[in-house]
Amino acid sequence: MKRTLYKKLKIKLISITLVVSIGPLVLLGAAIYYQFNKIYKAQIEDQILHLAKSESNALDVFLKERTSILAMIVETQSFEMLSKQQNLSHLFKAVNRRTEGLGLVDLGIIDQHGQQLAYAGPYSLYGLNYFEQPWFDEVMRRGTYISDVYMGFRQVPHFIIAVKGESGSSNWILRATIDSEIFNRLVRSAQVGGTGDAYIINQEGFFQTSPRFDGAVLSRSNINTQRFGEGTTVVEQKDSKGGTRFIGGSWLKGDDWMLVVSQAGREKSGWMGGARNTAILIIVIGGVAILLAIVLISHTLFRHLERSDREIGELSAQMIQQDKLAALGKMATGIAHEINNPLAVIGEKAGWMADLLADEEFQNSQNYMEFATSIEKIEEHVDRAKKITHSMLGFARRMEPRLDDVEINTVLDRTIEMLNNHARINNIEIRKRYSDQLPVIASDESQLQQVFMNLINNAVDAIGNDGIIEVTTKRKDQWLIIGISDDGPGIPRSVQKRVFDPFYTTKPNGKGTGLGLSISYRIIEKMGGNIRLESEEGQGTAFLVYLPVVLPEKK
Amino acid sequence: MNTFRILVVDDEIDFQETIVNRLKKRNLHAIGVASGEDAIQALEDELYDVVLLDIKMPGGMDGIETLREIKRIQPLVEVLLLTGHASVETSIEGMKQGAFDYLIKPVKFDDLLNKMAQAFQKKAAHDSKIRDAKIQELIRYPSRVFGQEEEDGKDF
Repeated sequence: MKRTLYKKLKIKLISITLVVSIGPLVLLGAAIYYQFNKIYKAQIEDQILHLAKSESNALDVFLKERTSILAMIVETQSFEMLSKQQNLSHLFKAVNRRTEGLGLVDLGIIDQHGQQLAYAGPYSLYGLNYFEQPWFDEVMRRGTYISDVYMGFRQVPHFIIAVKGESGSSNWILRATIDSEIFNRLVRSAQVGGTGDAYIINQEGFFQTSPRFDGAVLSRSNINTQRFGEGTTVVEQKDSKGGTRFIGGSWLKGDDWMLVVSQAGREKSGWMGGARNTAILIIVIGGVAILLAIVLISHTLFRHLERSDREIGELSAQMIQQDKLAALGKMATGIAHEINNPLAVIGEKAGWMADLLADEEFQNSQNYMEFATSIEKIEEHVDRAKKITHSMLGFARRMEPRLDDVEINTVLDRTIEMLNNHARINNIEIRKRYSDQLPVIASDESQLQQVFMNLINNAVDAIGNDGIIEVTTKRKDQWLIIGISDDGPGIPRSVQKRVFDPFYTTKPNGKGTGLGLSISYRIIEKMGGNIRLESEEGQGTAFLVYLPVVLPEKK
Repeated sequence: MNTFRILVVDDEIDFQETIVNRLKKRNLHAIGVASGEDAIQALEDELYDVVLLDIKMPGGMDGIETLREIKRIQPLVEVLLLTGHASVETSIEGMKQGAFDYLIKPVKFDDLLNKMAQAFQKKAAHDSKIRDAKIQELIRYPSRVFGQEEEDGKDF
């Protein structure tokens, strides 16, 4: 009952203290974490944004540069001149020689019918007709055109830049193929760190350059270009492993292409991640310390509480017992007094009758002996009643012990001697197991004898016939412990609490007053000791008398 | 024979009368009264050797006050307290006031006689000049003083 109450209280206390102390800590931790994340995110976004912007600028410049060179050729050279194969080859060589890393793979001149009139480059594309190619119209309409990457006739990823020239009423096209490798290299320079990636995709999300992870050129990426705003923007996206990637997108080439620069959320930790981790570590350690302290403190607290509660319980049980005894004592006194007076009258009247009977003349009459024995019986029963009332009074009386020099073993021997006959008749053996190390103590010998007599008598009565009573003595610290145990039927648990109550008896009517144990208890209590009962039903009973070791004063 | 004189004080008339009768039957001079006042009156009129005085419930100061008064009137008289209740305090108080001893009711008549014999002895010791001869007799032959009483209560 009480234990569960304490358990509940303990849990309540611990949880309240925990909530109150760790709650703010956790909130603080969460706030710090949130702030750090926010700053971290802002920083990483910023970095990506810058990277994407500068890289896209560079790419823009790359493309514009090549477009400008082509435009300049178209503006300065005539169609007639360029459409001669020999002239074009010459120009191609000159341009490649003069400008390093231009990445120009080939050049071609196409007339307004789509017919390639001249071609300079490693492939044999002379005479092909481009009229059906989708970019052909685009060039004719817009003047310049940069294609997506495609495989084309040559089955190698590449893209072209085409510029429209006008000579009189007829239009023609200068077409150049750009080396994918040079372009790729440029894009890859934006692939930073261990997880950084950079690549170009077209509006539909197909890779225009090969990404560092997950994909190849011309395959579809998992980037949805609709999510990105104008110019340069950064978005967050979950990757296949559940982590976050920050993805920066920057439009290129008149919003046809998008440069994508991406970075895993965790990688760019640096000093900020370290600081955040330190903060979290401190909070966790603090939390654990608080938790331990709270549990420890409440544990100690409740152990103390439980102990003092138990002591109070024991004390109040003792006080209740004492109160009970005192109240019963008072009652016993009153009853004894009220009964003693009439008993005295009965006794004296009977005595008087006996006195008178001796004088009478009818001593030889038939009923004389009947009278005499009746009177004797009356006196006998008055005497029996007197014993009861006197023991009631003895119970009520204040028993201040007299101090003799007492050897417990000797007192026990004397008591056992008195009871031995009675025990032997019932075939009960009284065994002694004394310690010979017992000190002589200052105590009241006759009262002790009364107690031992009572306890051994009870043991004899409990056994009835055939059994063993064991009387032991030993010393333990400041206590002498006298044990009187029998192998009788034992005392049921329900009765054990009541055996020291006055007037409680299990003996047949008229056999016991129910005062023996209660008086014994009071006697030993007065001496500063205690009587304990250990009994198991069916296994016997042991009464343990604890006497404080009080050494006699030196005379 | 010049015998001992006993005053029995008890408001339980049945008891008091019976005791007086039984004492008389043993050739003792016994008078019974039912209250403290009567007892004091009796003591003022006549000399007694022993007073058998009933004291009431705990703190029964009537009994103790009567005892004090008795001791004032006849300092040499021996008082045996009789009570239905063994209150140590009252008994100690009684002993302090000069009572010889106390007995708890119901008391065996033999025990009462023995106690009385002891009281007489003490009284006699005090009155040695007057009662010297009687003491000698008492010590040597107590049965002569108390007549026929034996343990089994039979007459001879």
